[in-house]
Formats: sequence, C-alpha cells, structure tokens
Amino acid sequence: MADHVDVSQGLPAEPHRATLEGKNKFLAMWCFLTGETIMFATFFGTFLGLRHQTAGGPALADLVALPLVFFMTMLLLTSSLTSVLGILAMKKNNFKAMRNYFVITVLLGFGFIGCEIYEFYHYYHAGLGYTTSAFASSFYTLVGLHGFHVLFGLGWIITLLSRYWNAGVTLTNAHKFYAASLYWHFIDVIWVFIFTVVYLLAAGGA
Amino acid sequence: MATAAATQTKNKSVLWDWLTTVDHKKLAVLYLIAGTLFFVKAGVMAVLIRIQLMTAENDLISGQVFNELITMHGTIMLFLAATPLLFGFMNFAIPLQIGARDVALPFINALGFWIFFFGGLLLSMSWFFGGGADAGWTAYVPLSTREFTGSGMDFYALGLQVSGFGTLISGINFIVTIINMRAPGMTMMRMPLFCWTGLIMSILIVVAFTPLAAGLALLMLDRLFMGQFFIPDYGGNAILWAHIFWIFGHPEVYILIMPAFGIISEVVPAFSRKRLFGYSAMVFAVILIAFLSFMVWVHHMFTIGIGPITNSVFALATMTIAVPTGIKIFNWLFTMWGGKITFNTAMLCASSFVPTFVLGGITGVMLSMAPVDYLYHDTYFVVAHFHYVIIGGIVFGLIAGLHYWYPKMFGHMLNETLGKITFWLLYIGFHLTFFIQHILGLIGMQRRIYTYMSGQGLETMNMVSTIGSFVMSAAIILLVVNIVYSAFTSERITVRDPWDARTLEWSTPTPIPEYNFAQIPQVRSLDPWFYEKVHGDGKMKPSEPLKDIHMPNGSILPFLMALGLFIWGFGMVMINMDVPTVVTGIVIAVGFIMTFGTMVLHSKEDHGYYIPLERVKKIEKEVG
Ligand code: HEM
Ligand SMILES: [Cu+2]
Repeated sequence: MADHVDVSQGLPAEPHRATLEGKNKFLAMWCFLTGETIMFATFFGTFLGLRHQTAGGPALADLVALPLVFFMTMLLLTSSLTSVLGILAMKKNNFKAMRNYFVITVLLGFGFIGCEIYEFYHYYHAGLGYTTSAFASSFYTLVGLHGFHVLFGLGWIITLLSRYWNAGVTLTNAHKFYAASLYWHFIDVIWVFIFTVVYLLAAGGA
Repeated sequence: MATAAATQTKNKSVLWDWLTTVDHKKLAVLYLIAGTLFFVKAGVMAVLIRIQLMTAENDLISGQVFNELITMHGTIMLFLAATPLLFGFMNFAIPLQIGARDVALPFINALGFWIFFFGGLLLSMSWFFGGGADAGWTAYVPLSTREFTGSGMDFYALGLQVSGFGTLISGINFIVTIINMRAPGMTMMRMPLFCWTGLIMSILIVVAFTPLAAGLALLMLDRLFMGQFFIPDYGGNAILWAHIFWIFGHPEVYILIMPAFGIISEVVPAFSRKRLFGYSAMVFAVILIAFLSFMVWVHHMFTIGIGPITNSVFALATMTIAVPTGIKIFNWLFTMWGGKITFNTAMLCASSFVPTFVLGGITGVMLSMAPVDYLYHDTYFVVAHFHYVIIGGIVFGLIAGLHYWYPKMFGHMLNETLGKITFWLLYIGFHLTFFIQHILGLIGMQRRIYTYMSGQGLETMNMVSTIGSFVMSAAIILLVVNIVYSAFTSERITVRDPWDARTLEWSTPTPIPEYNFAQIPQVRSLDPWFYEKVHGDGKMKPSEPLKDIHMPNGSILPFLMALGLFIWGFGMVMINMDVPTVVTGIVIAVGFIMTFGTMVLHSKEDHGYYIPLERVKKIEKEVG
C-alpha cells in the first residue's frame, strides 16, 4: 500500500486499480463473487431438483404473473446500466454524474424490492406458504436469497454515497464504488438466471 | 503524524494489542493457540470414545452421549482444529516466503480469525443447552432434521455457517496475497511449494465452502423455519443433502492435506540439504489433485444406490487421484535420496509422513472400488483410512511445521530430546490405534456404534486400539510440556537462519520486526535465500531504497463484527428453544445491527501510519 501514485496531472485512467490496495480489493471481490456464484449454483440445483415436488400445493405455473416479473427484470437491468454509466463517469472524473447515476440505481433497486414483496405477498395469499411443499421452500429460498442480496447491495451503495457525498473521485474511494457496482452486476446476472430457470420454465410449462 | 503513530503503538495494553492486531505474525499465533485449544478439546472426546469401546458391552457412556462425542470430535477436529492450525502456519510463513510486509488485506485477515473463533464458540455452546450435535459430522438427513435431533444440530448448522464464513474470507485473503504481493522477481514458478499449496487450498476453499454454506442454510431453514427440503412427506429429497455435503466434503479433505503437503515439501529439502526434486512436477500435481477432487464426491455415496454407471465413473475418477499423489510421493523420496539427512524432530515427522500417507492412499484406492465398498462402507476400515491420511498426513505435517518454524516464530528452539520422544510416542501410538482398525473393519465392526457384544472376536483388537490412543495422548501432553519447558530453558536465538534453510523467511532477522523486511528483497531464483548464500554475498539484494514504511492500523472492529455474528447465530438457535419470541427477536436484532453497524463504521477511511526511516534504521541495527 506504500506505492505513490502521482495525481498532480489528474486521476489515472483506471482510478479503481491505480493503487495496490485498489488492486487487492478488486481481485478479492472477484474471488468473493466466484464463491457466491457457486453458492447460488447450489441453490439453483436444489430448486431444479425439487421444482415438481408441489405436494398437492400450487405450482408456479398456476400463480405466476409474467408481466410483473418482466417489469422487475427491466427495473434491475436498467439499474445495472445506470451503475455502468456511473462507473464510466467515475473514470472521467465526473463525480456529480456518478453520484446521480448511483442514486438512480438505488431507486430502481428499491422499486425491484417493492415488486418482489408484492409478488411474495400475492403468492402467499394464493396458498403458497413457505412450508407448503418442497417446491415452495426451494422457490422462496432461491428468490428470497437473491432479494436479500439486492438489499445488501442497496445498503452498500447508500453507505458509500452518504460517506462520500461531497468527496469527489479519489484514489481511495474509486475502488469502493467499483466493487459495489461489480456486486450490483452480479446480482443482476443472477436475476437473469432466476428469470429463465424459475419463471420462464414455469410459464412455458416445462 | 509519523511520530504520533510511533508513540501510539507503545501505549496500548497487551490484551488490547492482541484483540486489535492486524499483523499476520500475531494472527498466526492466535490461530495456533485457538487451534490447539480446540484440538485438545476434541482429543479428550476421542479418548472418551476409545474408553467406551475398550471392552465389550461397556455402559460407561450412553448411546446418546456417544453420538454427541463422535459428532463433535469429527466436526471440531476438521473445522476448528486442523484448519486454523494450518492457517496459523500459512499466516506466518506465506507473506515472509513471498517477500511481503503483510498480507494483502490485513483487516480481512483479522476478521477471518475472529469469525472462525466465534463460530467455534457458538458450536461449543451446544454443551450448555441440551447437548452437543449428534448426527455425525456428515449430518445426514433425515437423522439431522428437526424430527430426530435436538438443539445440538442447530448449533452445528449455525456454528459452522459462521466459522465457515471466516474461513472463506481468510481463503480469499490468501489468494490475493499470493497473487498480488510477491516481491520483485518472485515469479509464480519461483514460489516455495508451501505458497503453491496454500494458494490451491485457498482456491478450493472458495469453491467448496460455498456449497457447504448453501447446504447448511438449507438444513437451518429446514430445522428452524419448517422448510421442506429433505423430508419426503412434502416432496423433499434426502439424497440432496448427501450430494451437497460431499461436493463440499471431498474437496475439504484436500483443503486440509494441501498445506500439509506444502510443509513436508519445505521441511524435507531443508533437512536433506538438497533442492526439492521435480519442483514443476510437484506444482502440476497439486493443481491436478485440486481439479480432480471435484470429480469424485460420489465415492462417499456408492452404497446409496445411484446406479452402476455413475458408480463406475466416480470409481475411475477416484483412482485417477492416486497418480498425481504418487508423483508427489516419489518426488519426496527422490529429494531425500542421496541427501545429507539430519533426523531431527521436524524431519522425523516429515519423513514418516511419506509411508504413513501411502498406506492411507492405498486404502483409499481400495475403497474406491465401488463393488467392494459395499463391504467396507461404514465400517472401521473407513475410520482407519481417513485417520491414516488425516493424522499420518496432516498432524505429522503440523508437528513437522511446528518444530521447523518455531525458532523463527518464538525466538527459541523446542527441546530436541523431548521432541524426539514425542515423535516416537505419537508414531507408535498412532499405528497401534489405527492399523488394527483396518482389520476390525474387515471382520465387520461398524463405525459409529457405541458398544458391541462379547464373544465376537472384537475385544482384543479394541483393547489394543484404546491402549494406542493412550500412547498418542501421552505424546500430545509431552508436546505441550515441551512448549512450556522450552520457553523457560531454551537459549534465545538471534541468528537469522538456525537451520541453514532455503526460503526467504530465513533471511529476516530473529525476532522479526513488525514490517518483516526493511527493504523488499529482489528475488533471483527458486530457493532465493539459498541462492544468495551460494552465489551471492549471503544477503538478499534489496529491490528498493530504505524509506519510511507504511503500516496498517490495528482495529477492534473485526472482533466486534465477529461478536455480532455470534450473537446473531445464538439468537437464531433460540428460535427452537423455550424462550419468548420477543427475546429471540431482540437477540437476533442486536447481533445483526452490531455486525452491519461495524461494517458501516469500517467504511470510514483509515490510511494507516508510517514508521519513520530513523526508527527503521534503529530497529535494524538492534536486530541485525
Ligand atoms: C488417493 C487418495 C484417496 C482416495 C482414493 C480416497 C478414497 C476414499 C473413499 C472411496 C472413501 C469412502 C469410503 C466409504 O465411506 O466407504 C473415503 C473416505 C474418506 N476419506 Fe479418503 N481417499 C483418499 C485420500 C484422502 C485424504 C487425503 C483424506 C484427508 C486428508 C481423506 C479423508 C477421508 C475421509 C475423512 C473419509 C470419510 C468420510 C466419512 O464418511 O466420514 N481421504 N476416501
Ligand atoms: Cu472423498
């Protein structure tokens, strides 16, 4: 961490990887996401193994409102896009734009969470409790875990935003915003898989 | 700023210093102490198990307590004794061996330790709340579900979840350290083998502990929130657990053996006075073993009835692992071949590792033959197999590493006479205990039974096995005695390199200054320290001028964050206890807020401090 980066001429092109600390966090984040991927893969496997075990309770095909889920997907995909724009702004040293993009990301994320809560509420009242069947447990666990990740990501970005609201892009916060946005993309990719494996398969009758 | 920092380090009390340290050398000591405590605890359980099995129809220990003992013994030994002890040596040696001032993420390093530690405490709390976990370390469902087991299994699921998270982030820290923090010239193919095996172990942790986390989460949801994953009535599937557990479980055994391989690969060349034979083949072999270790998990499930084709595929894959393992064995033998061998305690352990581990490997290949496994499975033959690889491999590796690095870590040697007696007691006791268990298994003694009938030819061999376990206990007690005795009687060591060894950690002064290297060394070859002794002037060439040294600040946050997880975990277990829901909710909330609150606090910037040049010069003069 004792390396000195000359910032007299402005920030380097990749401010999040300019210091050793930034490089270390960058690699650590990738390792962490690798682990998370495998953890999610296990939950996906569980879901795929149990998705027909409805034990007389409702199946997803009976309940799913695909338009709502599609809308949620759009919210999350757009939030991923805004976080990319945020990082691009960061690389151009345009802190204000970055801040605004991240604020939009957060708002979209909350929109997603709201829809998800509504969705679960709806399923619950249609007779799909957590303990109804093996399918129900594995569905709520997989999708709920993703929801928890979204919440964690929101908390993370909000913490960074409030901590650095007026700080400008620096070598010590660039990698933090970068890591948070990486995490946010990861959540998004997981959702794309949930959308296909959980919802499209059910709606398609497979 | 610099002087303020220097005085600041002086004023801390000792306890505060250890609670807040982020220094890899101190965390190494903490790991060793915590690992030893858990090791002794699980060791006492093992002796109790053996006493119960000493005679036929013994009623000293009830079946229930026996189940708790075997479960907690296995779980603690693997997760809370072997792993942290190995982490201890990795923490100490890896940054030094790659020529770094610290690990890549010192804060995460401390956090990993405290989370592991509090996870272990959480698991251990089960004794005070209705008894330990009792469904075997493999926690097979449906035995481990809410229907058949008490709160012990809740502690198991949450304790392992917490401590596993600590292990995971420590593993990530090691990966980043090894990839990013190497000194100039220290290419991947010049790294000591201990760093290579540490890297591979850490990668395995990232890919194997995460399925375990998922599995434990399912188990917890099943037990606490009436999930339906494993109970067939509502469509659950019991085999699912076995798959998830062993997808983690088989790589786990290699997670443990890898660093032990590494220690052996350091000790054998050092005391054979030869470079490691076939370095690149060794690297290739560990990578191959790591890869294959994910292809074999079904060999633990041959008798579950998955079908002959699957069984055959996994049987073949399992046998394949013997090939890279064989490469390693021969390379150790060829390293010793023609060397000037010094048989001190470290080398005795390292060299006896080789034949003992081979025996464990051979029984492994025997077990991998699916049709015959119907005969061996769940008998003492399996117990003998894994103790040959675990004690013959990991424990001997650990004791070799302890004697080897001890002078560098603590500034004095361990007493050699006591050390040699320890070794021989352990070696004889070990074979006495476990060799005979092969035969017990072959004549049909089941594992995990708490007693057996007389007149079936089991008494004598069980008696022998128990006596062997007493001999092993004597060895471990002697080791502890040796540590205390040597602390008082051994001469202080001030030389850098008491063993005339080969790798970079021996180029640092003893005791090691907190910044390890005043100047980061320039590495010119494999075995860099030995190279400079032979081809250079016996000193490492510096890769940078002397200057102020940047150091990270200590922090109490890792401790608090881990404590928060402990409280949260305990609150989760309370869900199944007879306490008002409000209380449970409060405990969970307190833990949760504590963990995430400290996380938010941690986002405050901390730029560390500098040790000024004059102070570095002064320290170097004192130790040099
Ligand atoms: C050549 C290498 C190895 C082979 C072919 C092999 C093969 C096997 C097989 C087939 C089993 C299942 C036996 C059964 O339950 O019927 C087994 C069990 C086991 N092995 Fe190995 N093994 C090898 C190395 C290792 C190593 C290096 C370790 C640990 C460091 C290890 C630890 C274990 C453990 C703990 C079990 C028992 C798990 C349980 O049921 O509780 N093995 N091994
Ligand atoms: Cu295995």
